[in-house]
Amino acid sequence: MENENNKDRLNIVVVGHVDHGKSTIIGRLLVDTNSLPKGKLESVKKFCEKNSRPFEYAFLLDALKDEQSQGITIDIARIFFKTNKREYIIIDAPGHIEFLKNMVTGASHAEAAVLVIDANEGIQENSKRHGYLLSMIGIKNIVVVINKIDIINYDEGRFKFLKEEYNNFLSKLNILPYSYIPVCARDGDNIVFKSEKMKWYNGQTLLEVIDSFEKEIVDEKKPFRMPVQDIYKFTAHDDDRRIIAGTVESGVARIDDEVIFLPSGKKTQIKTIESFNETQQSQIIAGMSKGITLKTQFYIKRGEVVCKTSEELPCVAHTFKVNLFWMGRFPMIYGKKYKIKINTNREIVYLDKILHIINASDLTTEENKTQIERYDVAQCVLKTLKPIVFDLYIKNQKTSRFVIVDEYDISGGGIILEPIKDEKSIVDKHVEQREFIWEKSIISPQMRASRFGQSPKFIVLTGTFSEKIDEIAKNLEKDLFDIGKNVYYLGSPKLLSGLESDFTTFDREEHIRRIGELARILTDTGIIFITTIVDLDDFESELLRSLNKPNEIIIFDLENILKAKDDIFILNTNYDVDTTLYKIKNILLNKNIIMEYYI
Amino acid sequence: MNRLEKLESLSIYIIREAYREFKNLCMLWSIGKDSTVLLWLARKAFFGHVPFPLVHIDTNFKIPEMIMYRDKLAMEWKLTMIVGQNKKALEEKRTFPDGKVNRIECCRLLKSEALKYTLSGEFVRYKLNLETGKYEIWENKEPFTGVIVGIRADEEGSRSKERYFSPRDKQSEWDISEQPPELWNQFKTDFAPGTHIRIHPLLDWTEIDIWEYIKKENIPVVSLYFNQGNGKRYRSLGCWPCTKPIESDSKSLDEIIFELKSGKLKNIAERSGREQDKEDGGTLETLRKEGYM
Repeated sequence: MENENNKDRLNIVVVGHVDHGKSTIIGRLLVDTNSLPKGKLESVKKFCEKNSRPFEYAFLLDALKDEQSQGITIDIARIFFKTNKREYIIIDAPGHIEFLKNMVTGASHAEAAVLVIDANEGIQENSKRHGYLLSMIGIKNIVVVINKIDIINYDEGRFKFLKEEYNNFLSKLNILPYSYIPVCARDGDNIVFKSEKMKWYNGQTLLEVIDSFEKEIVDEKKPFRMPVQDIYKFTAHDDDRRIIAGTVESGVARIDDEVIFLPSGKKTQIKTIESFNETQQSQIIAGMSKGITLKTQFYIKRGEVVCKTSEELPCVAHTFKVNLFWMGRFPMIYGKKYKIKINTNREIVYLDKILHIINASDLTTEENKTQIERYDVAQCVLKTLKPIVFDLYIKNQKTSRFVIVDEYDISGGGIILEPIKDEKSIVDKHVEQREFIWEKSIISPQMRASRFGQSPKFIVLTGTFSEKIDEIAKNLEKDLFDIGKNVYYLGSPKLLSGLESDFTTFDREEHIRRIGELARILTDTGIIFITTIVDLDDFESELLRSLNKPNEIIIFDLENILKAKDDIFILNTNYDVDTTLYKIKNILLNKNIIMEYYI
Repeated sequence: MNRLEKLESLSIYIIREAYREFKNLCMLWSIGKDSTVLLWLARKAFFGHVPFPLVHIDTNFKIPEMIMYRDKLAMEWKLTMIVGQNKKALEEKRTFPDGKVNRIECCRLLKSEALKYTLSGEFVRYKLNLETGKYEIWENKEPFTGVIVGIRADEEGSRSKERYFSPRDKQSEWDISEQPPELWNQFKTDFAPGTHIRIHPLLDWTEIDIWEYIKKENIPVVSLYFNQGNGKRYRSLGCWPCTKPIESDSKSLDEIIFELKSGKLKNIAERSGREQDKEDGGTLETLRKEGYM
């Protein structure tokens, strides 16, 4: 028996202005290739007869009751269909402007597009807007169908005119359509069968064109990128493997390859490739969702990207230029906190600068806009709280695209064009401003230091086990208090019940920001302020260091999560309270925070 | 990678994303071929483990082989197996087989309502004890906020419009005109308190993909799908009063795949044996808006 496992499947989106006949084209394609289930055509025809409505091919697709009664497509539908060459999922996208987010959703899952234009109405606003969005989404395989050619009496001149006009527009977007086809979808002309009514057209039918589209298979040749989706250890099920799970976006990696995790910069080698119900694999390639284990165990977070040290590395930056399409209910504004989701990472992001807004229907640009409104396409600069990892759009589409979440909703989508270097981070800018307006006390820091016999410090303990680091921190507070230091320990739960009572869900970034600001105030009073934060990463420690400026921070890491620095100490004490306290006090001694005879 | 490998990879990505984002997550297992493939994909995603409960809604009218098969696999694969049902409706005999309500109402009570209150924890939930093989009352009453479901877009019209991650309001209702955008592989995973989410990892799979994958991976499926010698088999499984077997001689996976591709079932709708579809004007939209799968 024929094995069709290898038969390819291509996703095609059909887009265009409202009423230009997208659903009719698909309906006709299904009917003429005998792809409908038995009885479907008859039952829809019967339904129309019963309700005294003329039959339309679009009714075969517009499945939702609201759609049938209004005669429009509201949301995308997936339609399965096959030819001798391969299988297809056709994504029928709505043409109404208010359903643009649905059109973009459909297009972002497609590898090819059919752009439909009504021969009589000609090129409309959404014909252009959809063209623009396709170019931004990155679809290369595009065919333009000039529909309802019967209304203009199969006129070649009009067809050529529309072709030229639209081609002018598309060429500015660097889109080169595979071809233009004159069709009458209702009658089936040039859809599956060549039309007898347009002798002047010698090109392919729509079906022939989509069968000749070629799939892009370049991802394997690009540098290896595997965003970490999760880290699994199913110890409870008697499984000791610590597996880094993810889907490979591009490239190939093999056992023993040296890999680097970005942005943390940690390096090791791949020990094994993990999967279930499969023979042992020696490599993991673009498209696969499997897992790897590592030769060295270190702390890794979801959102990091696994790359190979032997290949070109992606960008790591907190400020970058993007093309952004906005579809949120509220405009995108300055000063508001958004979330960016890129690969498997999620970070806080702010709109830093609108460069210009592009009018997608005539490609004119508008400067001086102060916000990005619904359906605007903007070129702008975004700034994240922590640096993110990405590739340039021209190098790797998959690792350069992102969405913006406003409150709970995906409200924008876009692509990263380039990083912007030497820009101050959000925190640095903030601290600079804060220190500028800080109301100086008559009592100087030196006066406080000599009164308390200590210089103010912000001490943070981090590790994976919160109870253990809390216990150590509490004991540290007691020991420092006993030798006469002015010290205060704040546990996270205390903060949560009061200062953070406005949190509906735990917001880690905001939690760390508040601790940092609080530390700035407490160290300004001259005390030693101790707190604990679970699984602190390099950027969070940098954030705390910046927020606490101009005062000093000392971080003790019990899990080997962080990179050691002048003020970051890695303690390999296995969370033992006494040993840890001894080591910490030794370090404080070296820093002249406590005196020798107290140890 | 071939077609089945690509489908598998995207589904695994979606299942892992759901596991990462939702604390109270479960997977619905109807015992049918689709949700069994879904369960298998979860085992692949988590390297042989299934780190969340499987929920089965027992209408009490399921074909007995289905229940036996469910418990056998649950024991073998060490699943956290949770079962719920609408006891009140069954006690009051408000069912189609008892003649008190029509098919649609019966589906609404025994499936949609049973599911809604099993997920919310308001109905009693039973958990399979893997030591004894018996079901015991499950003390956990916490609602599930993420539910992984094995629907496919090619099944019928309203399912073709679904998202991979689909939000539902407190009443489990589906607002079709306001579905969130879903760009590339970025799904809606941020939710206002009180809403919950359905996750659909099999949306892009067709009936043939399912069978070919079952064959490729050698996944055990319930014997009702095969002709047992009487020239009949089930193409789609449900409750016995409303699901009819089809005339078919297919005894093996190869024969089923052949029959669907080139044989007599080519171009015949999969759910043609399901009576409730016909009473809903050809679509399941009414039922699905209220939370039917």
